[in-house]
Amino acid sequence: MGLRDRIFSRSLFLFHLGGSACNNCDIEILDSLTPKYDLERFGITAVGSIRHADIILLSGIFNKKSAIRVKRLYEQAPKPVIVVAIGGCACTGLIFRDSYNWDVPVGDYIPIDAYVAGCPPKPEAIIAAIQQVIGKLRNPAGAIGT
Amino acid sequence: MNLLVQFLVFPGMLFTAGAGLVTSWVDRKLTARVQMRQGPPLLQPFFDVAKLMVKETCVPEGCPGWLFLSAPIIGLAGVSMASMILCQAMWKPEATFSGDLIVVMYLLAFPSLAVILGAFASRNPLASLGGSREMKLVMAYELPFILTACVPIIWAQSIQLGNILSAPSVDRTVSGVLAFVFSAIAMQARLTRVPFDIPEAECELGGGVLIEYSGPPLAFYKLTQAMMLFTGPMYLLVLYGGGLSFSQGWMTAGLGVLKLVGVIVLIVLIRNTAPRLRIDQAMKLLWGPVTFGAILAVLLAWGGF
Repeated sequence: MGLRDRIFSRSLFLFHLGGSACNNCDIEILDSLTPKYDLERFGITAVGSIRHADIILLSGIFNKKSAIRVKRLYEQAPKPVIVVAIGGCACTGLIFRDSYNWDVPVGDYIPIDAYVAGCPPKPEAIIAAIQQVIGKLRNPAGAIGT
Repeated sequence: MNLLVQFLVFPGMLFTAGAGLVTSWVDRKLTARVQMRQGPPLLQPFFDVAKLMVKETCVPEGCPGWLFLSAPIIGLAGVSMASMILCQAMWKPEATFSGDLIVVMYLLAFPSLAVILGAFASRNPLASLGGSREMKLVMAYELPFILTACVPIIWAQSIQLGNILSAPSVDRTVSGVLAFVFSAIAMQARLTRVPFDIPEAECELGGGVLIEYSGPPLAFYKLTQAMMLFTGPMYLLVLYGGGLSFSQGWMTAGLGVLKLVGVIVLIVLIRNTAPRLRIDQAMKLLWGPVTFGAILAVLLAWGGF
């Protein structure tokens, strides 16, 4: 484990990128920052600018138009950056995958490190996913979740 | 050589950075406890800065890169210098020079100046909105800030920090208490803490002045803000609380540390209980009641109260 990954995994700034989500995933993401779950325990803070981001949380479907934006925002983020897809829509497209404006899952536009399924996923699931990504950063050779 | 060590290590940059980061942890932990959260671990601010140091630096297209990248360093240098002079005055009051209070006041303006320069250099509309708000805020708080500093000057009859510290403390006079209250309000604006966090305004400007910064320059800004959170209360302590002295026994030193922590806690609690003001409300507050209160304090000091 490099020093760089160790430091990186101790302090993560979280940027929430909503792609026309129905708001349920957005509410669950906000829930994980509230007093009951308190992501700041792990050194995670929400930021308002993509330039400060270390984790990008994607929610909602990314259609032909918003895919251009998500690609541009990913390019604007300073590297290294972790991308986590939150909710069924961001993972697979769910019921929207036959829509006229839907092309491919967002994972085909930008590299995604973790998927959290659910409609919407519970805050516990989001925190568990972020913890697994942190564990993976600290121990790349180990199995997921260690 | 000795001066260089004093500036870079103790009590300058390195010491103030450490103290400032611990102070910012106190700030975040207290905020978390007020909101009934658990809060970040002790070393969190250190990890934040270290993490930003290993991140990529993005320079926006078409902006003057030299200004964009040098602005954070200007702020960091200014606050280190101010902290060095303030701490030096407390440890070695005889080593101060005439007029160092004025130098400190100038140096304390550097971080705001750096933020304004960086914000305008980044060519981001939200950042320039934040920059212009910061500029108005500087104009608003400097007047009461300088007026309240006149009170200890009048009591000590000197503009030298050593003489102000050795003169009887002003915290038992009416004018001293008044000046401390109004100076603390101006200090809250200088630290751009809530209710004066108008230039950064997370939820309307998304970080405002710092929006385009990433990597090491952002780390310098975070460090500067943390150091200001330590230097600001230190300034109030030197001017209105008699400073922090280790030469007169542990009782005095302990009392000084308690006063310093008290001022920091006060700033954090105001931050957590007040809503954000609009820029026009902030200017009305700082140029209206606060300035008149500061003038009243100066007049009282002049009359010997």
